[in-house]
Amino acid sequence: MTSTMIRASGLTRHFNVKKEKVEAVSGLDLHVEHGELVALLGPNGAGKSTTLRMLTTLLRPTSGTALVAGHDVSTEPKAVRRRIGYIGQGNGAGHSQRASDELISQGRAYGLTAAAAKERATELIGTLGLDAVAGRVVSSLSGGQRRRLDIAMGLIHTPPLLFLDEPSTGLDPQNRANLAEHVRGLREASGTTMVLTTHYLEEADQLAERVVIIDHGTVIADDTPAALKSAHAGDRVSLLFDHEHDARKATATIGTFAGTAPIRHQGSGIQVELRDGAQLTPKLLRALDDALVPVAGVEVARPTLDDVFLSLTGRSLREGEPGSEGTVA
Amino acid sequence: MSGSTFVSDTGAVFSRELRPVLRDPFSVIFSMVQPLIFLALFAPLLPDSVVGGSALQWFVPSILVMSCLFGASATGSNLLFEIQTGSHERMLVSPLSRPALIVGRALKEIVPMFAQALIIVLVAVPFGFRLNVAGALLGLVILGVFSVGIGALSYTLALASKNKEWLFWTVQQTVLFPVLLLAGMMLPVEGGPAWLRTASLFNPLTYVVDAQRALFGGELMSATVAGGLAAALLVAVAGLAIGTRAIRRAGA
Repeated sequence: MTSTMIRASGLTRHFNVKKEKVEAVSGLDLHVEHGELVALLGPNGAGKSTTLRMLTTLLRPTSGTALVAGHDVSTEPKAVRRRIGYIGQGNGAGHSQRASDELISQGRAYGLTAAAAKERATELIGTLGLDAVAGRVVSSLSGGQRRRLDIAMGLIHTPPLLFLDEPSTGLDPQNRANLAEHVRGLREASGTTMVLTTHYLEEADQLAERVVIIDHGTVIADDTPAALKSAHAGDRVSLLFDHEHDARKATATIGTFAGTAPIRHQGSGIQVELRDGAQLTPKLLRALDDALVPVAGVEVARPTLDDVFLSLTGRSLREGEPGSEGTVA
Repeated sequence: MSGSTFVSDTGAVFSRELRPVLRDPFSVIFSMVQPLIFLALFAPLLPDSVVGGSALQWFVPSILVMSCLFGASATGSNLLFEIQTGSHERMLVSPLSRPALIVGRALKEIVPMFAQALIIVLVAVPFGFRLNVAGALLGLVILGVFSVGIGALSYTLALASKNKEWLFWTVQQTVLFPVLLLAGMMLPVEGGPAWLRTASLFNPLTYVVDAQRALFGGELMSATVAGGLAAALLVAVAGLAIGTRAIRRAGA
């Protein structure tokens, strides 16, 4: 097997919504190597889920190609299905089924023998901490328990590639943290390649080694979270002065550091975005001291992925939240 | 798709569908409530003269078919719910053969059908219902084939309804009762107007019900029985063909 897990080129999907053509994904290119943990990040309706649905054979591309785990999603969907795990936005387990029954059924669906499915189910029940609820009917499980059951089902055939579509949507912060822990643990234990979609910045930031930002159905940025931030957003430096006239006096000195970055005044405070702001701030303070402008306080904020998105598109990722993916997602 | 994966995939889907029924056998009773009410409150109103013989002998086979029809035609609602929750999506991402997803589900309908038939017969016998065992067994085979077809059609309707639950129930209820009445299940159509009798001839259910009455009465080898088997096979083949086509289309 080659080291490439996903190679998508020119992936495009149209939908007809009320006789109008909507291009949910347009000419998307994506390469994922074996063992990577990649987050597809974008606002609601950006085309993340549509992309994932094409890569998992749930949706046929209008045009373009995608090789997933070495096989073409359009011409060899069954070969792709055998090699991937998928955890969708909904709950995979049937509500009238018992949790352990569903795990075994899932194993049978992937061609495991009854004995092998049972053994693997028992193993995953332990790994995901489902022992207490394994014999219960799925409809009686909590949201967090159901999500862990979904993960167990996605892993039943030990796939080399796992897709997770908005895995933490609808979970409370505690369950979200718990889920992130399981995802990280899985990676350490098995080295499974993972591709997840999310519109939670923190999740992409904490979990993924690589973030692919998608907007209007195409990739607009693709790098590690740290590299994205240093390339597309500076540190936000906020200075506080005792008097408004001090702030005005400081403007010229700050300007020599800020270059073309805009300097925002707010009463007796000033905000400016500086590349390498954490390193520059001590120098800036000394320069202000030399200029005899007393500084009352300073704060340096590291950029977030939202700042990156803002600088790339002029919009905030958080706009429209909490929204739905709508009909095209 | 090789034959052996189709068979084992169908087995996997079949046993998954069957499991909740085995875990909770009481669930089989739910779809039987209406047929049992008809048996208790409608059968005593039927005068022997109308049916040309014992009203009970005439009506119990109707109830068997009715119970099978009610259960199998509503079974698509399970799929509809799984489409809404995400269970069906997870099956679609698996390498399971697409036809197996419908065939396995439809085959499961045979099991509750058998259980219901048994209950109805056990309820009816103390009231004087008499049956020919060999005929009854052959009748159940025909009903099994028929329920597979109706189940497949119900799943097709679920796939077509997608997120519109009301659409599923509206179509199911709208089709169910005319089909039932035109088959002469509640009252014989022989006394009806010509147009109704003609319409009844185009209803596969007519032949299935007639065959059940003949078989339970001990008439094993007859044109009526052959007609019932043919009608049941027709419904099964058509249902599975339409269902398989629908799931292939919905799958990609």
